[in-house]
Amino acid sequence: MDAKVDLPVTEKSKIACRDLNFYYGSFHALKRINLDIPEKKVTAFIGPSGCGKSTLLRTFNRMFELYPEQRAEGQILVDGENVLDRGLDVSLIRAKVGMVFQKPTPFPMSIYDNVAFGVKLFENLSRVEMDERVEWALKKSALWNEVKDKLGQSGSGLSGGQQQRLCIARGIAIKPEVLLLDEPCSALDPISTGKIEELINELKSDYTVVIVTHNMQQAARVSDYTAYMYLGDLIEFGPTRDLFMKPQKKDTEDYITGRFG
Amino acid sequence: MTDKHLSTQFDAELSGVSTRVLEMGGLVESQVAQAIYALTNFSAETATQVLRMEERVNQLEVDIDADLSAIIARRQPTARDLRLLIAISKTIGNLERVGDEAARIARTVQRLINTGVFSRLRLPVGDVSFEADLATASLRKALDAFARLDTVQALEVIKNDNQIDAEFDGLMRKLITYMMEDPRTISASIDLVFVAKAIERVGDHAKNLAEQIIYIVKGQDVRHNPVETVESIALTRN
Repeated sequence: MDAKVDLPVTEKSKIACRDLNFYYGSFHALKRINLDIPEKKVTAFIGPSGCGKSTLLRTFNRMFELYPEQRAEGQILVDGENVLDRGLDVSLIRAKVGMVFQKPTPFPMSIYDNVAFGVKLFENLSRVEMDERVEWALKKSALWNEVKDKLGQSGSGLSGGQQQRLCIARGIAIKPEVLLLDEPCSALDPISTGKIEELINELKSDYTVVIVTHNMQQAARVSDYTAYMYLGDLIEFGPTRDLFMKPQKKDTEDYITGRFG
Repeated sequence: MTDKHLSTQFDAELSGVSTRVLEMGGLVESQVAQAIYALTNFSAETATQVLRMEERVNQLEVDIDADLSAIIARRQPTARDLRLLIAISKTIGNLERVGDEAARIARTVQRLINTGVFSRLRLPVGDVSFEADLATASLRKALDAFARLDTVQALEVIKNDNQIDAEFDGLMRKLITYMMEDPRTISASIDLVFVAKAIERVGDHAKNLAEQIIYIVKGQDVRHNPVETVESIALTRN
């Protein structure tokens, strides 16, 4: 799709896709995407299975590089710098752009070490400074009160919702600027989901958040902007409030009202 | 893309509510028509019939609102579906008030008959009847436009409201002249003014209904806007 969707002038573009194409082998998975993700807002990607929303999310931190048959063409500018540039160190990109996955993936180590792991890779902190960072990250992820007395215990001993918040703590401990959440609540019960949605709302004051979700009501609840995708195309992008009350495109309306047949 | 939801149950619920709204519309249309008939034919029996229908109309308003709330709670509707439900909630409020106006007219007719006014004085009920024809036509048109979600017809209803208002103003002047010529007619004439006002309000409610139709279809709230603005919104292609 050739449509370029513009942000309102009051928003700064944190991530800008320019003519982004993506291929799984010969399969054209993302078709000329032009999109600006606004800074310090929550943007949701919605669309039916196979529309490319997770694919698009994973281009932002070059996750696809783990697989040789996947390739991206075009530009993805994070603060104006093209992350697809071969010359850029991918771990530096991933320090700036963190990711949380659908299935909670705590490392097989203590809660403390889970959070400290990434920080150790990038920063040289003293023991006291590290303790503070771990506490800060766990507090930000609304997990501190539940684990402060058992930081030495294994991360896998936590409940699903807690594990997911641990992964978020791990993600923000290295102080990224962007947080990518790939269906972060799909494996969680409603109460845990609610806690994480609350958390997302607080995180956006410090981070740019992009969330992929197949739950439309969640997208409507948590996001400021929503992008609707279908078969690799970006169909519509706009403020969530407008998109869910009066979408511009009939395709979008058909999807969100459940007329998708 | 189809017009039907994946959930046939949801489709059934929405069409069920829409049907009941039209049922309510038909009821109050009939109430107004009968109230005017009662006035122009001095029929106490017809007036009583109008009042008996009130309970049914009020109950419909309550029932439809309950159905709406249930749909919103269960289905979390968005976009067009949500606008339809919000509009229906306002519409049934307007329809219930149309019923109230008809009841008001009926009660006035009963009072005029009981005090023997109709046998003593020649009141200009014919003029009131003409204003009523305009208002009931407007209401019928608005309900028809709602059934077909026809914004062009809705726009006509909005535009025609001025005519009803003008008719009312003319009727007022006539009644004032009447009262000045014969002070014995003052009490009954004032009653007629209230009747004429009730009819004018029926026209207003029809206009409100039409505005809701435009909101459902175009997604824009055109209330409290000048006619020219409403026209440009109603006639834009989607």
